[in-house]
Amino acid sequence: MTDRSLYTNHNGDHNGDPVLSTTALSMVFGGLIALDRVDLKVERNSITALIGPNGAGKTTFFNCLTGIYPPTRGAITYQPEKDRQINLKGLAPDRVTQLGLARTFQNIRLFNNLTVLENVLIGCHCRMKAGLFGALLRNRKTMAEEKAFIDFSYDLLVRYGLQASVNELAKNLPYGAQRRLEIVRALATVPKVLLLDEPAAGLNINETNELGALIENIRSQEKLSILLIEHDMNLVMKASHTIYVMDYGKLIAVGAPSEIRQNPAVIKAYLGEE
Amino acid sequence: MATLWISFLAYPLVVLRINTNTKSLDPQWSRLPILAASVFVITIIWRFLLKRRSYLRLTKAVNEASGLSVPKATWLTTVAKSRYRRKLLVVLLVIVAIIPFVSTPYTVNIMTTALIYITLGLGLNVVVGVSGLLNLGYVAFYAIGAYTYALLGYYFGLSFWICLPLGALFSTILGFLLGLPIIRLSGDYLAIVTLSFGEITRLVLTNLGFTRGPRGITNIKPPSFFGLNLNGAPKAFLVEHFGLHPVMDLNRLFIYFIILAVVVLTIICVYRLENSRLGRAWLALREDEIACQAMGINRTRAKLMAFALGSTWAGLAGVVFASQITFINPSSFSFMGSIMILSIVVLGGMDSIPGVIIGAAVLILLPEQLRFFSNYRMLIFGALMVTMMVFRPGGLIQSVREVYIHQASDSPPEPRPVVATPSTMDQEILND
Amino acid sequence: MDFFFSLFMSGLTKGSIYALIALGYTMVYGIIALINFAHGEIYMIGAFIALIFTMHLSAPPVSMTGWTLLLTVAAIAAIYSGMYGWTVEKIAYQPLRGASRLAPLISAIGMSIFLQNYVQLVQTSNFLVFPDLIPQIELPLSWAKTLNRTNFIILIFTALSMATLTFFIKFTRMGMAMRAVAQDPTMAQLSGINLDRVISVTFIIGSVLAALGGLLIGCSIRQIDFYIGFLAGMKAFTAAVLGGIGSIPGAVIGALILGFAESFAAGYISSSYKDMVAFIILIIILTFRPGGIMGTTQTQKV
Repeated sequence: MTDRSLYTNHNGDHNGDPVLSTTALSMVFGGLIALDRVDLKVERNSITALIGPNGAGKTTFFNCLTGIYPPTRGAITYQPEKDRQINLKGLAPDRVTQLGLARTFQNIRLFNNLTVLENVLIGCHCRMKAGLFGALLRNRKTMAEEKAFIDFSYDLLVRYGLQASVNELAKNLPYGAQRRLEIVRALATVPKVLLLDEPAAGLNINETNELGALIENIRSQEKLSILLIEHDMNLVMKASHTIYVMDYGKLIAVGAPSEIRQNPAVIKAYLGEE
Repeated sequence: MATLWISFLAYPLVVLRINTNTKSLDPQWSRLPILAASVFVITIIWRFLLKRRSYLRLTKAVNEASGLSVPKATWLTTVAKSRYRRKLLVVLLVIVAIIPFVSTPYTVNIMTTALIYITLGLGLNVVVGVSGLLNLGYVAFYAIGAYTYALLGYYFGLSFWICLPLGALFSTILGFLLGLPIIRLSGDYLAIVTLSFGEITRLVLTNLGFTRGPRGITNIKPPSFFGLNLNGAPKAFLVEHFGLHPVMDLNRLFIYFIILAVVVLTIICVYRLENSRLGRAWLALREDEIACQAMGINRTRAKLMAFALGSTWAGLAGVVFASQITFINPSSFSFMGSIMILSIVVLGGMDSIPGVIIGAAVLILLPEQLRFFSNYRMLIFGALMVTMMVFRPGGLIQSVREVYIHQASDSPPEPRPVVATPSTMDQEILND
Repeated sequence: MDFFFSLFMSGLTKGSIYALIALGYTMVYGIIALINFAHGEIYMIGAFIALIFTMHLSAPPVSMTGWTLLLTVAAIAAIYSGMYGWTVEKIAYQPLRGASRLAPLISAIGMSIFLQNYVQLVQTSNFLVFPDLIPQIELPLSWAKTLNRTNFIILIFTALSMATLTFFIKFTRMGMAMRAVAQDPTMAQLSGINLDRVISVTFIIGSVLAALGGLLIGCSIRQIDFYIGFLAGMKAFTAAVLGGIGSIPGAVIGALILGFAESFAAGYISSSYKDMVAFIILIIILTFRPGGIMGTTQTQKV
């Protein structure tokens, strides 16, 4: 990844072209401050990582972005195009997905009793139009749409190496393939930003390495931006352009991988006081 | 051991029978050995089945662990997913259509009931099986359909054919209206609220003046066949040339064919819905609500749709039911009705159309067959439900997902793209 | 005002009996998330056993009377029902552990149908007169206007059972194990709690309480049949949900609300609408508080 500088400049200064940014995003559960004024930017066409110890609030941050929790304060600005701004704060999860933010989950949430293809087809839901009467009458328009999206899904599965198990139930896939399927399913919504919540959790070293390549592949092929929560430092250091470090709901550092590696605050957060 | 235990347990209830006339206990010692003997036999069978079940599970686990995870299909499932499925259904349909010509009016009546319950089961299947919303008040929508026809017929003389769509429409609207406030409730809360709704509907029907309370409505007219008197010339013709049973009421026969048509229509609709964008949204909802939303599916709208559409069939079935039975009162729509329909869905196999059909056939026809045991039939029925769930919790026929066969023409077939062999099912042949 | 107070007292009595049954539902639900449809039947069986043994014990060879009779019958009914509850769990629910949510539910419904018909077959489908078991006690005259001795004894019985239950759950090892299982069955098992035993105990306790409810309702309404379990079970379940299913104080509060609602509706509106009022209240409360009164609306973990 030598061309990293194409996407971000290394000194942590982000004046580029953010596709997604939060300003002073806070989330309070009862008395607990889970997120404390988080300012984060995802540059267009880049891979941004969010790391931090367990319980730092990373997943909560994702949940706020995708509308599962309404954030207490702050703003989420999404710029699908350069000159179009949408505030995502307070939108329902399905709205957020329709606008172009897709996500995966820390503990895989596939539709277990449906086939792999159906999982991906459900991802196409918001781009399909067929309604009740289309479904009942099976008119030409509906069938054409159905066929087009089955083809689309199938191609997507082929591209990410899942074509061999198109008709298998999602729950019968091996673990690694389930992780991959979840990503493919998210891609089926044709997102502008892909949010990956610990995609390497439970994978072995080989699989993690493959995943790193896969993430980079997705970014370049699908022309989207990726925000990644991850514990695996190897993966994060290799794959991402910018890294944000979170601890106790606050961002404590931001920068390129090489900077983060040496940042004393980060080392302290991860290893505790000397 | 178990025998002793159960006998001891049952002793006061079985042996010490209360005599209502003398208000004293009336010991029935002769029952004890019979009880003990039957419990003994049942225990042995039960134990054997349990052992067999755990053995089967173990072998399955071992197979899976060693990578041989080929789930063994039972013959029922195999039949359900064979590529002859469609032909099989047609054959079945023909048989069902012939039955009235070779049997008695009594059989036709029971078959009509079974077909009504198939419709109800398929409708509830959309709500419970496909969308995963537990509805324990489904019978209320059935009642709405039946009362729509009964009341509109009674007060305004509207005909069956006008009331059939109206009944369906009213049920749908009611389903929608009820859905609005409660749809955000989850799981068991939804179950209990729908249950209360069912009870409220029954109580309202009992207490309102214009529904004629518990007396119900009598003399509901049968559907008309272009104004023809079916029991006149047409009947004589059919009896003479087609061997129709001479005491058969042709109006009833007509209802039989109407409900048969409704069932066929329902099967087609439910099948198409399930394999459409909307149906997939429901399935996603059942599987995982959060992931479903993350796919851009509007959860509330999908739930409401399922709830309202599921009620439509209850309305249809209700109208037919009213015309079949010609007399309805609120007690025809008790909570047991909802339970019955739910049992059809679960026993037959959730989210499986052939499952629901078989479930309805078993649950409606079995108690009729058990009339032989007269008093014991509900007892046996309850016991069978428990046994079924213990030994076959997935229902008689597990649901089978559609298989898509993709014929790749442009890219050379590296690893064969699809695991499914063409014999698996007949769906969607795609060429690109 | 007297009318109001007598309605209040009858609501309180009814509510406390509902509470006894509702506790069984809520405890079982709290532990294995199952709506135990057969619970109402256990209550019915409790009433039948109580009736049978009353007849047995008050007849010549034994000839018990007064408090001894009441307490003995209560104990026998409780023990028998407890055993029935235990057996039902072993047969119909334990083999289904780990199955989908609906399978145990259907099994429970089957069990309920079975027990109903079993009692109908071996006993009778007629109404049976339940004897007055409540001993003669003198209540202060000022109370007597609103509170009769049956209601008084019912309240005492209920209060005592609930106090015992609370003590059991709060302060004994088994109670602690039950709370642990309700929180997280897997973790509880990992810390050495015998899950099967906890579930068995829960069913036994629930059934014992239901049997007491059956005995008391027999004393208060003075007639029983094989079908009483159904409606009472449904009401009690409604009460449990109203209060927030899984929560023990919730069940009691829900049951009391239901009792009052029914009693006042019957008194001020019309007795044919009393069942409806209960259900309407349920729908209204759940619409505004989807988790029930005491229930917590859990934020789903993602």
